[in-house]
Amino acid sequence: MPVTLLVEDGAVRATQAFQPSCYSRLVNKWYCTDYLRDRHHDLTSALSQHLHITALSLVLGIVIAFPLALLARRLPRLQGLILGASTMIYTIPSLALFPLLVPFTGISSNTVVIGLALYALTILVRSMVAGLAGVPAEVRESATGLGYGRTRLLFLVELPLALPVIMAGLRVATVSTVALTTVGTLVSYGGLGNLISDGVQNNFKAEILAASVLCVVLAVALDALIVVLQWLTTPWTHRRRTA
Amino acid sequence: MRNLRGAWHYLTTGSNWGGSDGMWHLLVQQLLISVTALVVAMVIGLTLALWLGHLGRAGFLSVNITNVGRAVPTFALLAILVTLDHPGTATFGPYGRAGLATLIALALFALPPIFTNAYVAVREVPSAVKESASGMGMTGSQQFWRVELPLAMPLVVSGIRLALVQVWATATIAALVAGPGLGTLITQGFYRTDYPKGIAAALVVAVVALVLEVGGALVERAVDPNRKGTATEEAPLRARTGEPVGT
Repeated sequence: MPVTLLVEDGAVRATQAFQPSCYSRLVNKWYCTDYLRDRHHDLTSALSQHLHITALSLVLGIVIAFPLALLARRLPRLQGLILGASTMIYTIPSLALFPLLVPFTGISSNTVVIGLALYALTILVRSMVAGLAGVPAEVRESATGLGYGRTRLLFLVELPLALPVIMAGLRVATVSTVALTTVGTLVSYGGLGNLISDGVQNNFKAEILAASVLCVVLAVALDALIVVLQWLTTPWTHRRRTA
Repeated sequence: MRNLRGAWHYLTTGSNWGGSDGMWHLLVQQLLISVTALVVAMVIGLTLALWLGHLGRAGFLSVNITNVGRAVPTFALLAILVTLDHPGTATFGPYGRAGLATLIALALFALPPIFTNAYVAVREVPSAVKESASGMGMTGSQQFWRVELPLAMPLVVSGIRLALVQVWATATIAALVAGPGLGTLITQGFYRTDYPKGIAAALVVAVVALVLEVGGALVERAVDPNRKGTATEEAPLRARTGEPVGT
């Protein structure tokens, strides 16, 4: 009995020495820690590109959405036009929107960033308009009565009160932008999408699964980050509940 | 700009539309796969959602299915399905190469809007209406077919419209994993640096998406029995702000 065990043990060790790693073409496993260890540079650089593109698109989206939302609020006649136009952009599939931007932006990360910003814009304008419209008229009146000017009223009273609705929109925009960044692989700027694309072309299962899981993890992490940010920036929403 | 002119040239050249890899064929293929996936998702999603909504259970599911659908990249799911041994990249009848994997992914991504909207629609039928229906002696199924479903219809249809637009977008992305449809022209154009071809196909895809959206909106308006009522006007708006993304 001990003898056979020894032999088996040796045999296993011998095959292990020659055994290809779990991500080789012969084995090609979905879940492979060797891949994570050996190729972690690929993963981190793809992840950082992904994060970079996502963050830039969201910032650009917010910067454009905010004045548009204010304009839509000021001029009710424009509101339908702004919301309608942004919904139309939203309807265009991402794989079609990126090529349509290429004549203007070329094959660069700008194509992906601008495309994703346009999608984020739709969600953000909508939530900003809804958030600002939700501020009670009495609050606005009493602030004006206290001598608040238009700008101070907007930034010190209306925006803080609209923040929960705006943040809800930002969460939706963030999660979807993370997912859509993968399609940027069409112009080779897709972050983790580049790895997924490479994985499909080479039938490399460990790469596909690792990049896909990382993408979902990134979306969930950023979503959680916004929830924490919202909790910190709107203390009155939870202080009132405890009081 | 040269690319735009090239794209126009591509679109106006008749030979690019005909044949087995022409744009007509691919357009019909993509419409076919989109509609099939939508029907599959409707059969599964509507049955489940309307039933659960009638019983008033699974509110948790209706919220989370949307969130999950939004966080999982379409491209990642397509990649996994294509690489899986079972659905694989084999040709699937008229749906073309990788057709089955694409069909499954499309149906999965069409489920969240259909399920959530139908569930919320049935759930939000005012309880006073339901009570008076049962007070009049309606049985559970009578109440569902004659009261809840007609009142829920506008929101249900709005969910289907959202799903259709989403499915069309997802079907385009399928080209990144060698799926069927017009998206293949986009990826071919970009991988072989024939940009005018890619841009031309993208234009066709975008135009069809807008046509589907507008057509869906018209159908939605047509089935809305009291589109001037305040309640029904608010409901689709709320549903639209939570639009599932995956385009």
